[in-house]
Amino acid sequence: MLVEPAVNPLAEGLERLPIRPTTLTIFGATGDLSRRKLLPALYNLAHEGALPERFNLVGSSRSDMPHGDFREMARDAIRQYSRRKPDETVLAALIDHARFVPGSFDDPKVYDEIAKVERELDEDAGIVFNRVFYLSTAPAFFPVIVAKLGEHGLNAKEGAEVRVVIEKPIGTNLAEAQELNREVLDVLDERQAFRIDHYLGKETVQNMLAFRFANGLFEPIWNRNFVDHVQITAAEDIGIGSRAGYYDKAGALRDLVQNHMLQLLTLLCMEPPVSFSADAVRDEKVKVLHAIHPPDPAHVDAMAVRGQYTAGVVGGDRVPGYLDEEGVPSDSTTPTFVALRLEVDNWRWAGVPIYLRTGKRLARKVTEIAVTLKPVPHLAFDEQGSVGVQPNQIILGVQPNEGVTISLGAKIPGSRMRIRPVNMEFLYGTSFMSESPEAYERLITDAMRGDATLFTRNDEVEAQWAICDPILAGWAADGEPVVQYEAGSAGPPEADRLLRPGERWRAI
Amino acid sequence: MSESGTVWSARDTTPSAVEEALRDLLKQRYEAGEHYAPARVLNLVVIADREWRGEIQNRLEKVGRYHASRTIICAVDPGRTEIDAVASVTADEDDIAAGRLVVAREEVVVDVGPDQLAHLDRVVDPLLVSDLATLVWSPHGHDEAVDSLLRLAQIVLIDSISALDVGDAVARAVALMDRAYVVDLAWLRSTPWRERVAATFDPPQWQPELARISAVTVRHQRDSAAAAVLLLGWLARRLGWQPGPICAPDASGHCEGVARGDDGEVRLTLDRDETMPIPGLAGVTIETRSGLAISLDRGPGGLSAWRRTPEGHESRWTVTGASRGESGILGEGIRQALLRDKGYRQALIAAEAMVCS
Repeated sequence: MLVEPAVNPLAEGLERLPIRPTTLTIFGATGDLSRRKLLPALYNLAHEGALPERFNLVGSSRSDMPHGDFREMARDAIRQYSRRKPDETVLAALIDHARFVPGSFDDPKVYDEIAKVERELDEDAGIVFNRVFYLSTAPAFFPVIVAKLGEHGLNAKEGAEVRVVIEKPIGTNLAEAQELNREVLDVLDERQAFRIDHYLGKETVQNMLAFRFANGLFEPIWNRNFVDHVQITAAEDIGIGSRAGYYDKAGALRDLVQNHMLQLLTLLCMEPPVSFSADAVRDEKVKVLHAIHPPDPAHVDAMAVRGQYTAGVVGGDRVPGYLDEEGVPSDSTTPTFVALRLEVDNWRWAGVPIYLRTGKRLARKVTEIAVTLKPVPHLAFDEQGSVGVQPNQIILGVQPNEGVTISLGAKIPGSRMRIRPVNMEFLYGTSFMSESPEAYERLITDAMRGDATLFTRNDEVEAQWAICDPILAGWAADGEPVVQYEAGSAGPPEADRLLRPGERWRAI
Repeated sequence: MSESGTVWSARDTTPSAVEEALRDLLKQRYEAGEHYAPARVLNLVVIADREWRGEIQNRLEKVGRYHASRTIICAVDPGRTEIDAVASVTADEDDIAAGRLVVAREEVVVDVGPDQLAHLDRVVDPLLVSDLATLVWSPHGHDEAVDSLLRLAQIVLIDSISALDVGDAVARAVALMDRAYVVDLAWLRSTPWRERVAATFDPPQWQPELARISAVTVRHQRDSAAAAVLLLGWLARRLGWQPGPICAPDASGHCEGVARGDDGEVRLTLDRDETMPIPGLAGVTIETRSGLAISLDRGPGGLSAWRRTPEGHESRWTVTGASRGESGILGEGIRQALLRDKGYRQALIAAEAMVCS
């Protein structure tokens, strides 16, 4: 049952608002994501006093181990992966009472046991804890676990909030996403479902909203009258590591474009929301996705290029090609690079190409959004002997250089009026001496608090897939070989054909 | 974090020469080919007795990630008439070694004499980075220097627990508030307690109990009564109580007062905890007329919490959180300089009614 929040007069003015007492159950608690991200995030929240006043941790996974072994594993994971060295007394306070429920996720006994543990925790405390279930499992188990939660009455609790956090991916195509959403909403209210895209937990991604809507400087030019085109790049210099099993089925479009890159695109293009409530923000993001017309599968070549890396040199080291990576089938056609040209067909953005580019084993790791403005209408300067006047660019750096750069034309010192581009830079590191919290720390507290602003709504996920599905279908049908690019390069030159005459991809 | 630095020093110098030296130091760094970007967050001006200068520098070194970007330490040296100065630009060696963009911080130590304090603004003004917020901290008194710097500074950092008398500390803070934004470390010492008291009463079943509070006891370290009074002031303000005067403490540090709430009187008690080795609060107990009682006390790994419900059900648990230590409190004070907390002013005014009448 959803409880209307009461007003707590003591909470007003506090920098950190209270979170109601919560029992967090992690399914897949001994897995990689839990050990590397979730447990360290919980520790850092505990260290900073940011967990709920009363907090219980319950782990569940197929590994059969006693409570003590789970606690030891959790302690080891936190010591190994936490962004700060743990204070052993805080670590003990967090972990010493953690409970573990072993078993297969389709085994009803697991849910009976979780219900029993939660009941005991409530009775011991004399209160009813809110429940958060975190699905940190293989995607195949998402519908299984959600259904079992419903069957065992764990999807609702009188006097408490029940929320379910679902990791990505939400399906591997539109039909699967719709099916999963249907299965989730058979059991839960949409307000109880928190679909994670950890990119949204990054400070620099959230800052896009502040940058756009807290500054009068940019909004007047943030439209088709002033913006020439946009490039969104998410380049990685690493290969697929030990993820061949997942990656070869997913490919670059599913891995990064459908979720993270479309999130960046929506934040860049959305209209100002009427408030920063979860639904007001997500309504505006969904409108942007709906304004992107899905391509005709027969004409995908006109707006998409896919590539696969071959052997090459990255950072001075020779690296194998994708087909030689461990676990990759020798005849795989999975794209490790994708470039797209999209258009947001609405009043603000019609006619402005938005280029997306992502890939593995590219020249370096960089995630950025580059907004190129239209050139000045008339140039009175002699360009001889200079680089000349370039259109202004506004570059929002997401990683590794977090900040905003604006390129301007400036006079080269000397007796002649010669111009060259210079950069005006804002870097997070120089203006905020604080360290950004891990995205998972922010997202876990938001889920416990019930704030879904930074989570993906069902219609948002489906709108993302509606754009990507025809591209996948087109590629599946065309029978064309995937183009190749050398590891350590900027990607396949074929990506240039998406650009308009005179445009070029930004250097990676 | 290990640091790499470039240093300049001069005797009998001028503020303009120091400012020029800082520019040269940065230029040297650029010429050395390192990717330097000077941090531009906050000017911090510290006025300290010269004999304690090293201790102040050590405290500032340990504040963690919340450094000011340009720190100017005015070291007061009795008998001195001329100005000596040492300027340095430092950065994280790991960033330099890794070839990353390097964020540089600047520090200037200026030795000044007592006669210069009333006009310290004339010394400090050329050393400030324009358009950055400026924070003044004067841990060893020297109020005349602080007064002279209020022309340049927007924020004053104080620690009300350092005053011998709580009433004097509150009165000084009230007076400063009219001229600058005040960050009080005594208030920041109470932050985790305020957050956790608020969280304790946050569940819907406990919120009605806020109107039934009948007694609040705050336990504090020997010198930290000001932090305890500010916590009571916050509760009074947030819950609409009219606080009355708190009596002077007896030999054991115990003192009491009364506040008037809509539904009756609230007994306010301060108790000194002689066993507590560090400044701050030791615990808080809140009781209500319906029989609910909660207690929060410092414990391993956070706060040890205890609750007795009106039905007599008792439970104990730990509210997790690491101690910030004195350096963490100072770092939090520097961070708060760039935020605005209206709660302090409100709590301070309520505290004034308790200790200044």
